This record gives sequence, structure tokens and C-alpha cells, in this order.
Amino acid sequence: MSSSKKKVVVLPCSGIGKTLGTVGREIAYELIEDLRPRVTTTTCLPLLMIEDPDAKKLVTDNPVITIDGCPFGCARKSVESIGVTVSKGYRAIDFCKTHRDLKPEGIVELNEAGKKLVVLAAQEVAEEVDRLVSEEKS
Amino acid sequence: MDIKVLKVGIVSCSGEALPEGTVSRVASRKVLDELRPGQTVTICLPLFIAGGKEEREFASKFPTVTVDGCEKMCAAKSTEKLSGKPAKSLMIKEILKKQGISGLKQCRGLGPAEKVASDVVADEIAKAVDEALE
Repeated sequence: MSSSKKKVVVLPCSGIGKTLGTVGREIAYELIEDLRPRVTTTTCLPLLMIEDPDAKKLVTDNPVITIDGCPFGCARKSVESIGVTVSKGYRAIDFCKTHRDLKPEGIVELNEAGKKLVVLAAQEVAEEVDRLVSEEKS
Repeated sequence: MDIKVLKVGIVSCSGEALPEGTVSRVASRKVLDELRPGQTVTICLPLFIAGGKEEREFASKFPTVTVDGCEKMCAAKSTEKLSGKPAKSLMIKEILKKQGISGLKQCRGLGPAEKVASDVVADEIAKAVDEALE
């Protein structure tokens, strides 16, 4: 694969038990579908753990950003478990700390504050995506 | 002595890359919050796989219902490997095919097709929970 065809793989927490899992997942979708659709992609996190060859190849061949929803850090750990170092690991809680006025609530659907937080957080992560893309090109 | 089962663990596919993954998550939450609250708990699949001790212990002692979005069956395979055979394994594509539901497109949020699919799958999960509790 040539460098110009590489994409940044964004892997969020997959949890359905906590709001911050949803925040992580929504940040990933905001990046992949709206902010940086041409240079980002994702895959299903558990595929890495069942040793799915396509998922492993995607993560091995491309820079990876993880966004974890809880201190267990499953997204980052899942990537590291197959011998890949993440390019950048985020924790959803840190975005909440930066934007204390935006308190996310909800799991299936975030409240308005949560949606605003997602947009701001995704803009921050998009800057890292741009940095990784430019690194790959150079 | 018969021991009454009080809780069932739902292990949902997380499937960020598939519309069926979103349907799985939303349907599982509907069962947890609305259809069978108090009788079900969620088991976080990535944490379960990544070595979550509590998740694995729960799944080895209590019945589980796995909900997978695609034929790769990550939830069912992982549960069987790490904690034992699930009481029931559901596969969303099969459920939807039987119900004649197709055309899922969105991964993010629910469109009309995804909403209908989520409700149908939630009912199937609730039935599987009831069977496991019998």
C-alpha cells in the first residue's frame, strides 16, 4: 500500500454501559462521516480480538487513533494486544474535563451538551488526523 | 436443589463499522432499560475480551445471550471461548431476513429502517432472556 492511500483508523470504545462510551463512538463517527471522511476509517473493535485477518491488517498497515470511554482502555489495549502501537490514544473523560460546561448524558442518544462536546472533541482529534496524514506523506 | 436464575448477561456486538452493530447496541439497551430491566445486565464485549475479570466471572456463572451483527459472530465466539456456551446466540442478519427487513444503511443513529430493526431485535433478545430465566 502506498503512503498516499493510507487512512487513519479511528477506533472508539465499544461499550454500551456508559455515556462516555457513546461519546467516544460519536466522536469517531463525527470524524469518519463529517470532518475527515476521505482520510479516516474504522473497524469493529472485537474483530481484533478474534484475530480477524482483515481487521488486523487494517490496523497494522495504517496509523491508529483510539478513543476510550473508561479507565480500562479496551480500545488501546485491543490494538496493543496484536503488537501495534497506537499513534494517539484519547480518553473521552479528558474532553469532559476540558469542556466542563458540557456534561454529556444518555447512552443510546446523547443530550444536547453531549452532542456539542462531541463536535468540539472531534475537531481536536481532526487536527491529530491531519498531522498523521501529513507525516505519512512526508 | 434448583437455583433460580435472576439475571441474564447480554453480550452485544459493538460493530461500529456496520449498521447491524448499531442495531445490536440500541436493541440491547432497549432490553436493559425498557423490556427486561432488573433481569438483565450488559457485559461490555471489548472489556470482556480484553480480560475484564468481573465480566468473565459473571458470564461463567450466569446465562448469557449474545447478539451479533454479522456472520463473524465476535460476541458468541468470545463468550464461548472465555466463559462458556451462551444460553442463546442471536444473529441480527438472520433475524431481519426472517422478518423481511432490509435496507439498513446508517451506522450513526437510527433511520426508519434501523428503528424498526432495533425494535424487532429487542423483542427477540427479550424472548431469549425469558427462555434463559425459565
